[in-house]
Amino acid sequence: MHASRRRRSTTVLLPLALLALLIFAGCGISPQTTIDPRGPNARMIFDLFNLWIFWPAVVVFFGVEAALVWAAIRYRGRDGDPLPNQIHGNTPLEITWTIIPAVILIVILYFTFQTQAALANPPEDPNSVHVRVIGHQWWWEFQYPDLGVTTANELHIPSKVPVVVTLESADVIHSFWVPLIAGKQDVIPGRVNRLWLQADEDGTYFAQCAEFCGIEHALMRFLVVAQSQSAFNDWATGERRIQGFGSAALPTPVPGEPPSLVQQGATLFANGACITCHTVRGTQAAGKIGPELTHFGSRGSIAANTLQKQDPVNDPDGSKRFSLKRWLRNPQAVKPGNDMPNLNLSEADIDAISAYLESLK
Amino acid sequence: MAVAAPPAAAPAPVHVPAPPVHVEHAEAAPRWSGWDWLATVDHKKIGVLYLLTGFGFFLLGGFEALLIRTQLIKPLNTFLPPDIFNQMFTMHATTMIFLAIMPINVGLGNFIVPLMVGAADMAYPRLNAFSYWLFLFGGIFINLSFLMGGAPNTGWFSYSPLTQKAFSTTNGVDFWVIGLSVLGIASVAGAINFIVTILKLRAPGMTFNRMPLYTWMTLVVSFLIIFSFPSITVALILLLFDRLAGTHFFNPAGGGDPLLWQHLFWFFGHPEVYILILPSMGIVSEVLPIFSRKPIFGYSFIAYSGVAIGFLSFTVWAHHMFATGLGEFANGAFATGSFLIGVPTGVKIFNWIGTMWGGSIRYRTPMLFAVGFIAMFIIGGISGISLASPPVDFQQTDSYYVVAHIHYVLFGGAILGIFAGMYYWWPKIFGRFLDEGLGRLHFWGTMVGFNMAFFPMHWLGTEGMPRRIYTYFPNMGWDFWNAFSTTGAYILGLSVLVLVANIFISWRREQPPMPDNPWDAATLEWATSSPPPAHNFDAVPVVYSRYPLWEERHPVEGGAPQHGAAMAATSDSPVAHPEEAQEGGHAFHLPAPTIFPLIFAFGLLLVAFGLLFAPPILRVTFVITAVLYFAVAIYGWVKQVSE
Repeated sequence: MHASRRRRSTTVLLPLALLALLIFAGCGISPQTTIDPRGPNARMIFDLFNLWIFWPAVVVFFGVEAALVWAAIRYRGRDGDPLPNQIHGNTPLEITWTIIPAVILIVILYFTFQTQAALANPPEDPNSVHVRVIGHQWWWEFQYPDLGVTTANELHIPSKVPVVVTLESADVIHSFWVPLIAGKQDVIPGRVNRLWLQADEDGTYFAQCAEFCGIEHALMRFLVVAQSQSAFNDWATGERRIQGFGSAALPTPVPGEPPSLVQQGATLFANGACITCHTVRGTQAAGKIGPELTHFGSRGSIAANTLQKQDPVNDPDGSKRFSLKRWLRNPQAVKPGNDMPNLNLSEADIDAISAYLESLK
Repeated sequence: MAVAAPPAAAPAPVHVPAPPVHVEHAEAAPRWSGWDWLATVDHKKIGVLYLLTGFGFFLLGGFEALLIRTQLIKPLNTFLPPDIFNQMFTMHATTMIFLAIMPINVGLGNFIVPLMVGAADMAYPRLNAFSYWLFLFGGIFINLSFLMGGAPNTGWFSYSPLTQKAFSTTNGVDFWVIGLSVLGIASVAGAINFIVTILKLRAPGMTFNRMPLYTWMTLVVSFLIIFSFPSITVALILLLFDRLAGTHFFNPAGGGDPLLWQHLFWFFGHPEVYILILPSMGIVSEVLPIFSRKPIFGYSFIAYSGVAIGFLSFTVWAHHMFATGLGEFANGAFATGSFLIGVPTGVKIFNWIGTMWGGSIRYRTPMLFAVGFIAMFIIGGISGISLASPPVDFQQTDSYYVVAHIHYVLFGGAILGIFAGMYYWWPKIFGRFLDEGLGRLHFWGTMVGFNMAFFPMHWLGTEGMPRRIYTYFPNMGWDFWNAFSTTGAYILGLSVLVLVANIFISWRREQPPMPDNPWDAATLEWATSSPPPAHNFDAVPVVYSRYPLWEERHPVEGGAPQHGAAMAATSDSPVAHPEEAQEGGHAFHLPAPTIFPLIFAFGLLLVAFGLLFAPPILRVTFVITAVLYFAVAIYGWVKQVSE
């Protein structure tokens, strides 16, 4: 009797232990996790979830499942057993187990309302920054109206101060989500939504569109770069600078000297299809369809964080412009369905254009 | 007390025929020819058609799921191109919701509910046939999009403006919109049929308070359908105008409102979740007492909590829209509704456990699935709580956490319940058992595969993996659990193959004649032969309690006949028509078979194609042809009635 009971308990415990092992084995924390908050907005949500929902849920889960498993095992019958007691119910008991969940839910609701109120408005701060976020299929435009800066796919913010983002869309519905710093907020055409975020520390945070927005929804990613106030100011100053060659928008050829690779690239860029979609301030390029490229050379990634400029295998320091060339060779092979067509550029043109783009610091 | 000895004395209680019932069936199990199927108006044949078609679509939707999981087995996988992946998850959800779970529930209900309430057929047999054919054609129509320019690829929720012509250039969304409209007609017609059947055709003595819980839940679901489907129908037609006629109802570029679509869609979409799950709650409420061999614990609490869930399901739709910026007040109000609906749901779970408590449980396959249903539905219910809290939802919505949650509700809940019902009613429907050993293998394979596939998704969502992405990068920490989940999905797929094998083997294997009541069950469908004759009951059953076939255990106070009580024939019953009595003692008027519901439904399929493909020059001709076609179809239909 005892032996058989022990055997039964090992058959139950062994898989459980195995499962626990597996969970911990797979527990690498993701750079996009919601449970390691790095800002007050995400932290308030995590505290609500962790304290008032997750742990009570664990208790309820084990309590109810245990009751179920107990009933399922304890009351096993065999063919031929006498008929069990024919109980139809127990009203006081049933009222009790109606009221208890109601009370638990009211408590959770109370703390939910509390967190909602706390999340509604950003803390007052004179250094607060305003960013206008515009979602595009499948990249992000960031405008800083007070700073005169426009950039794409890498959102720079000063750390430790609240940042108010207003969310607009150029086409379909997207959702702005920086899991480590704040909960998501939808980006809806025809509306302006609002969200605030704040990073505790300097750092680079992964972020991604969370509302299905068409073929390349999966590759509509971006980075949030939080930096000290002075580094942020330096960055903004750099971003305001317009590009050009001295006072000219295009390089003027020096007689008797072959144009440099960058100069060749600038000419190809300005005379080619590029400028119909892209802007490089200070040049003729003023297209509004694709991401602004004025300071492309200072960004670390390409095509909404689809490719990293530094390829750990082929191009560890990024100097070979391996990823950018791969993109220019055929954007449709990297991110099928995106709005940039295959321009069928020659290898020499790709070399020149990529050199020019990287020079746009 | 002169209570009869409990069936404990019987050697093999599972096969004890229902003691109080003894009926001579005039005919053997019918042989059904092809024409019988096309022209049938018999609720049992229509039920079988629904079950077979629904199961076929279930296999298709499952295959699509396996393609999705195969693409996600490793980062940067190139198994499916992005657009095909998007078509797959759109069609997986559309198929499972509209073409598998709903029709399978309608099929079980079609077969069982009239028997359960002691009726000879559904209230409107021709409308019933019409509903089935329309469902079949609508399902085929949507899936033809795969062969005709590409399936819908905007998700089953189809948020505008992604669905506008400017962003979705293939015909896929048109197929989706028109197909769902057609399916909606079928669902509403079916729901009206169930409501009238349940309200008007119950056997004498079957008060609401004695109605089986499965019938209760079918009634609630039918009301949910007729109140929620108009909302999506309006939305679908407006979207169709946007796409075909260039209107701007949901198009912000023309002053339309994309959030209007979301409100109309989710006003349908959330009750739809309960349309999918409540029938399974009803099935479990039937199976648990039979195999625990004691009555349901707290009948009224279960029945009324089902009604409460039905009402509350119309107050929670905007919890799908917390992140759209509705504002703190609206979010708070919808959070309150969503928390509230947790209470009746919890009550049901406690009552089910209470039913097993103190019982003498026989673990046949239906019972295994019923217990599995409770165990899994607890998880789906609990994970819903965090989604109902707007701040937490800001992190979890549109992440894999939601994918986990819906699958614990719709697979762990709805489909496990359907499996319980399939194994439970199979002997009644087909007159043969499914194999117990294979049933157990199916159950355990399902439990292992299902939990492996879906439990890790809670973690993936918490780790920030958005849903509906066709690929992810290797440095995101999502590799292991995605591979694990895909492995689970394959195991789940294998377990479904076990079910298919079980059906096939039981079909081919010689089996002894099925007794009327092989499970020692309590409700009226077990008081007639297995499978039942065309007219269902030889005499109109009369009901004196909630458990007409268990009256020996639960003697009815106040003068009900002690033995054979349930089956006394009455001449004043509204169902019986003694003047039409035929040979063999049948006292029922059975409606004549007719092909016209099929012809009518086929016409709507032609209209669907016409909407999409009619060249402008032929449109007037098409409309005139369609009017004539439907005039003939309606004439034939009505003529049959008046004969």
